[in-house]
Amino acid sequence: MARQVFLLVGTRKGAFLAESDAARRSWALRGPFCETWPTNHVVADPASGTLYAGGGNEWFGPAVWKSTDLGASWTHSSQGLAYEGGEAPVKAVWSLAVAGDGTLYAGVEPAGLFRSTDGGESWTHLDGLQKHPTRPEWHPGGAGLILHSLVLDPADPNKLWVGISAAGVFASEDGGLTWEPRNRGTRADFMPEGQNYPEFGQCVHCLVMAPGGRGRLYQQNHCGMYRSDDGGHSWQSIERGLPSSFGFPAAVHPRDPDGLYLIPLNGDIKGRFMPEGNAAVWRTGDAGASWRAQRAGLPQGGAYFNVLRQAMATDTLEPAGVYFGSNAGGLYASADEGETWDCIAPHLPTITSVETLVLER
Amino acid sequence: MNARAGEWQDEAPAPVLVRLPPHLVVLFPGAERLVALPAASVAEMVDRLDALWPGMRERLCDETPAIRRHINVFVEGRRARLSTPLDPGADVFVITAISGG
Repeated sequence: MARQVFLLVGTRKGAFLAESDAARRSWALRGPFCETWPTNHVVADPASGTLYAGGGNEWFGPAVWKSTDLGASWTHSSQGLAYEGGEAPVKAVWSLAVAGDGTLYAGVEPAGLFRSTDGGESWTHLDGLQKHPTRPEWHPGGAGLILHSLVLDPADPNKLWVGISAAGVFASEDGGLTWEPRNRGTRADFMPEGQNYPEFGQCVHCLVMAPGGRGRLYQQNHCGMYRSDDGGHSWQSIERGLPSSFGFPAAVHPRDPDGLYLIPLNGDIKGRFMPEGNAAVWRTGDAGASWRAQRAGLPQGGAYFNVLRQAMATDTLEPAGVYFGSNAGGLYASADEGETWDCIAPHLPTITSVETLVLER
Repeated sequence: MNARAGEWQDEAPAPVLVRLPPHLVVLFPGAERLVALPAASVAEMVDRLDALWPGMRERLCDETPAIRRHINVFVEGRRARLSTPLDPGADVFVITAISGG
């Protein structure tokens, strides 16, 4: 069987697809799709190969786009993708996730969660987050009050985790009906002295689940990098050995629960660039005890870009591929677990998300 | 007299002429830039557009409910709301606001 590998790229000006074979040496780029709508996240249902792209247009509001023919044609819907009448309107879809049974989740701005059981044709608001007792005290970060990280437990469809800027990590064990904050051990440096470890209000940037099903989560936060070994009930700092405590994306190794990739930037008030203008992806193979910079093939000197929350991913091949896209529009790929890198598309619009799809044909 | 009044109520409102922006038309296969449809108010016009091209309501209106912030509907040259009445033969322009970036 031949393998097709797809990179699903969301940008400020539509979605793009890059396609390769298992060797991942050369890539064919297609796009832009979705009528160049600002596209925040593109994901695939690995079972069916259906693509979903979530975003929001300045004029027309939020929508989820869908392609069942690997990008050749797209449809769009936002039926039900709205709050109760009178509330602040949904501005955009920020994050998407597909469950094992094809159920689709959409995280939106202002922060909320919607579910579709008909492949994105219609949406139902799961209002547990809106009705959470802490909700009136959530305050948006600079980018807005955004539900940008959606984590589904592959073993238990009732378990979900979300990351909201700047409300923190919340978890549900009843399919999204009720939620509890899980931020113990994560800092909020921007709060007054003595209030730096609140129950909620942390500025989480990216939340990911390690493979292996043991409740291990990692998060890149505005204020530090963290690991949880108990489903987010408690968090330990893993930022020692990294050049800063600030960054946006995180990506897990597809098979090794101790393997994590981060892209630390130079700090939250220093421009949020690659440190010293030298691009690097930092990798741990021991769950964050130690870190190593991977730079081969990445621009060294003059690289003043950053990488946004959802713009780094791994694939499931052996060895694993690692990918990221920059706010300056460069799409970078590694076919050897981050040891060497190539820029496979240098001049895309600002990249908001990168995900992968591997198909056996 | 009563029968005639009832007959009149059963008829659709007189048609108005609606001009749609290109960015909207490309989202709906078969949609046209210039549409004549019967409507007695802007809200009714949106209903008719949504019936012709399902999903168009969500593109033009938010859940407030109101015409979206960066969509402008002009009736006879004046900015309108969903409740604005439409006279027979009214000229309606649906326009997207200027956008940066």
